[in-house]
This record gives sequence, C-alpha cells and structure tokens, in this order.
Amino acid sequence: MGDMNTPQQITDAKKRYSAGVLKYAQMGYWDGDYQPKDTDIVALFRITPQDGVDPIEAAAAVAGESSTATWTVVWTDRLTACDMYRAKAYRVDPVPNNPGQYFCYVAYDLSLFEEGSITNVAASIIGNVFSFKPLKAARLEDMKFPVAYVKTFAGPPTGIIVERERLDKFGRPLLGATTKPKLGLSGRNYGRVVYEGLKGGLDFMKDDENINSQPFMHWRDRFLFVMDAVNKASAATGEVKGSYLNVTAGSMEEMYRRAEFAKELGSVIIMVDLVVGYTAIQSLSHWCRQHDMILHLHRAGHGTYTRQKTHGVSFRVIAKWMRLTGVDHIHAGTAVGKLEGDPLTVQGYYNVCRDTHTKVDLPRGIYFDQDWGALKKVLPVASGGIHAGQMHQLIDLFGDDVVLQFGGGTIGHPQGIQAGATANRVALEAMVLARNEGRDIANEGPQILRDAAKWCSPLAAALDTWGEISFNYTPTDTSDFVPTPSVA
Amino acid sequence: MRITQGTFSFLPDLTDAQIRAQIEYCLSQDWAVGIEYTDDPHPRNTFWEMYGNPMFDLRDPAAIMLEVKACRDTFPQRYIRVTAFDSTHGTESVVLSFIVNRPDAEPGFRLIRTEEPGRTLRYSIESYAVQASPEGARY
Repeated sequence: MGDMNTPQQITDAKKRYSAGVLKYAQMGYWDGDYQPKDTDIVALFRITPQDGVDPIEAAAAVAGESSTATWTVVWTDRLTACDMYRAKAYRVDPVPNNPGQYFCYVAYDLSLFEEGSITNVAASIIGNVFSFKPLKAARLEDMKFPVAYVKTFAGPPTGIIVERERLDKFGRPLLGATTKPKLGLSGRNYGRVVYEGLKGGLDFMKDDENINSQPFMHWRDRFLFVMDAVNKASAATGEVKGSYLNVTAGSMEEMYRRAEFAKELGSVIIMVDLVVGYTAIQSLSHWCRQHDMILHLHRAGHGTYTRQKTHGVSFRVIAKWMRLTGVDHIHAGTAVGKLEGDPLTVQGYYNVCRDTHTKVDLPRGIYFDQDWGALKKVLPVASGGIHAGQMHQLIDLFGDDVVLQFGGGTIGHPQGIQAGATANRVALEAMVLARNEGRDIANEGPQILRDAAKWCSPLAAALDTWGEISFNYTPTDTSDFVPTPSVA
Repeated sequence: MRITQGTFSFLPDLTDAQIRAQIEYCLSQDWAVGIEYTDDPHPRNTFWEMYGNPMFDLRDPAAIMLEVKACRDTFPQRYIRVTAFDSTHGTESVVLSFIVNRPDAEPGFRLIRTEEPGRTLRYSIESYAVQASPEGARY
C-alpha cells in the first residue's frame, strides 16, 4: 500500500544528518520500491499501530528499531555504510478482516548478522521493537533465511533419517508417552512407569518439562532407574528403546554434567527445555553431535508469546530458529488434543521442520519460500491430550514423520500402562497398514480401529474409555487466509 | 516372547495378501524393495543378510512375492523382513521394513547387568539363540 502523506526518505545528506528528530521513513527505513536481494534476511511482522500512526511510518520504525536506528539523528551514521545497514520496510498490506492490523515486510542485509547465531538474530529482530510506543502490538509472523545464512548452522545433530536408522524404526510414526504424574514420583516408581510403557509397545518415554532434580527425585536417581527400565524393555521386546532424559538445569556446566551421565549410561536421547535459551540449546546441540545423541526439545514457555495473534512471535518462526539452532525433536502441536492449535497452522509448523524446500502456503501460515540447504530435518512431536481413538486423524494430518505422545492416554488406561501402550501401538500399526493398502483412513478410521479392537482387548478398552473425548475449542492462532475448519 | 521389530509386529502375522498390498504400496511410491534374513535378531544388528540386492528394476508385486516365498522356503526358521528404500534426496534411506517370517520359537534376550562403581550399571543384551548355537543352527 502507498500513502501520499508518507514522508519520503531525505536524500540530501546535509539535511538528512542535521541534528534533531526525523520520521523513520525520512531516515530511509521505508523503501516501497525495494526488491529484497537473494542474500537478505526477510521478516514479516503483524503490526497494530497506535491510533493516528501511519502504518508505513510504523513499518519504517520497526525496520529502524530492529536495525540501526535510534530515536534521533546521529552523525556517527556517516562513518558507516549506513545505507546498507539500514533495514528496509518495503511492503505493507492490511491484514484481511482485521482492521487496524498490517503485515509489514522488512529486509535486512546479511552483514547485520553473526554467522551461526540465532541468539544474534533474535536480539536484532525481536530485541527492542516489541516495546516500541507507537505500536500497540507487534508479532513476528514469519522469516526467510538466505541459504548462505542457513549454511552457517550445523542444524539438528541427528535428523529424522539418521534417528530412524539408529532406532531401526521405519514407515510409521514413533510412539511415546510422558511419565505421569509429572512431579512426586521417586526414582524407583518413575522407572516402573517407564518400563511398563516401553515394554507395552512405546518407542520412547519422556521426562516432563519441569522434571529436573527436585527433592522427591534427584536427577541421578532418575537416570539410573530409567536406564534400567529402558534396557530391560529392550531385552523384553528386541527393539531399541529410549527415554528422554531431561538435562535442563540452572547452569550450562550442570547441564553438561547431566548429559555426560546420560551418555555414560547408554541413553540414545537427552532432552532440554526451550526456557534454557537459544545459546544453551545450540551448545547442547553441538555436544549431542559430538556424542551421537538425539536432542529432544520441549517448547516450555512458548505459549506466552506464540499464542495470541496480535503480539509476540509465531511458533513457525520458533520452529525455523530451532531447526537452525539444531534440535532433533520439537513439540509442534496436535491440532486434535488439549492444547491450542488450528490444524492447518499446525501442519505449517510440521512442514517447516520436515521440508527440504518449504513453499509459500498462506492457508498454513507460510509466507516465504525457504531453501533449507540440505539441513537435517526435525522430527515434530504431537503431545497433549491425544488418545488411540484419534489415530486416524493424527496420521491423516501429520503422516509418518512425527512422534505421537500419549501420556494420559497410556498411563490412564483402565487395564494398566502396558495395556495402554499396546492399545496405542496396535492402533498405530493397524492404521498405517490400512493407509498403505489404499484405504481412506480419514473416513474409515473409526471402523479400522473397531476392527482391530476385536482381537486387541486393550484397544477395545481404550476406545471405550476415551473414544468420545475431543477438545473442541476455537483456536486463537489461525490463518488469515482461509476459514478455520474445526476438528471433530 | 515375540520380537516386535519392524513396522507391523504388533499386528497378527501378515497374510500373503497383506504383504502383497504393502509391496504394491512401496512400488507405487517408487521405492525399491529388498528382502533380508537373519538368525541374529539383536536390536542393534542392522545388517541382516541380503536375499539378493534391493530389486530396483523389479516392479511387479507378484514377482516380488515369489522372491519372498523363495526366501521363506530356503530359510523357514529365520527372521525375514521386507525392506523398502527411497532414493529421494533428503531421504535416501529405509522407509518401510516389516517382518514376513519368524521362527516357530523365539527364546528372546538375556539382559546382562555389570556392576560398576557407584550405583552405575553397564547393560548388554544377548540373544539366547545366538549364545546357544553358531550361525545357521540357531532356530
């Protein structure tokens, strides 16, 4: 959009740099004719300017405050190649059906960023602008990274393909469960849950995000009992099994200590929470690469800034950042479970994790093409309020490259944890078999499950207990380009 | 015990019609199908013996089923799996792998715990069948 009243860049150098305050557009942070270069990093913001603030000037302010500008003219700009360093807002579109909101596109020269540092990207792009007074609200919707920048990251230490090769599990989603209750189990009791779940048919068990080293269970106790359970289950089934050992702690040194112990005990996987920060995650990622370890990321805390559409950072951006930073698993939503998530939007997150080349897909909230430069793929995790009765929906929505985690849906089974795990595994394999045979699982799914339940009593009990449970609430984070379908 | 490696081990043993349907699916995805067998089903024994190379140029499910049957006739008491390979860039690995034959009796695995300083244990898994007999005479 254009506006006759938008101030234009002042090109006369003497006027431009005389002391005082100018509009951001006058300072050169808006250029409606700018064509982003292949090497630019591009960010899409959703902004809600304060009443009376011109959207283009607001966009220019976002570009300015996320690159070189401050509130007043400074002569020291003239010591630098400042025309290049200035981010350029180059396009502003009204958000469909949301008066007062605008999508603004900002291009950043690659020289503004340190190689291999999402922390640096975040400090620039979301460092200051979100508190900026002329904006009521701002949200980072999407980002595009030039392949030159992508290649400065090592990415996931293992990746989907190698993870499957290591685990010897192909052609189906992986199955997991979070050990419950989240807090209070002793190491011995905790390991019991892990053993039952794995022996019953799960591939993974998982520590919850807030299981660290509390008074009821020291972390070393947890690791020791859990690894006994993992190995015993492996011997009982002939399969490779794992349990995400959460190494999240108060310092980097302590996290390394816990990771080392997990390795010593032969765990195939460790886990960390998003709240430890991007730098810490990347350090752990490098450690994992060094020690043949899979790195599971729990996105603890993300809902504080990803959920509301008007303000914060979209989860698709966090997913892109985490693929670059280098995690192997990331919780990316279920669409059908207890936690927030519109199905198409969630599929968009999954695609960001798994594509070799992501294409623009507005209904799924993907605004840019993204060449991943052969960066490894992240395995998305669907976790939170899902059960065996939804297996057809989950496989239809997400395909094979996903970890389906049924915590309550395993441990809460009326016949016990092993039966709960078996119900999920049977439902999963029956659904994959049927899909490969060409059946329409989205529609025939419930019948496929009932047929399998005829010979699998744990599955019958699971369907009796949870078959009718669904979480139908209107999602808040939805696409602006299609009506939101509801999931039955 | 029943070894539950492979994509469909929690289902009742697949019938030939079901196996053929999965092979048809693999061919429709442009994957190559291979047949592998072993009498050492340790969870980390990746390299089962190949019953010939993956059949890159054989696109007829009936012909592949004949190979499955020939492998079963030759090794009726071994584990046999059908494995599909996808050569697409970004995958270039196994994409489906399921057991189509297993021995009548599966004695399973022994978990060996070696005590180390502190409360640490070292674990190894040993197949009772492998421990008892040399290759070819185990099942």
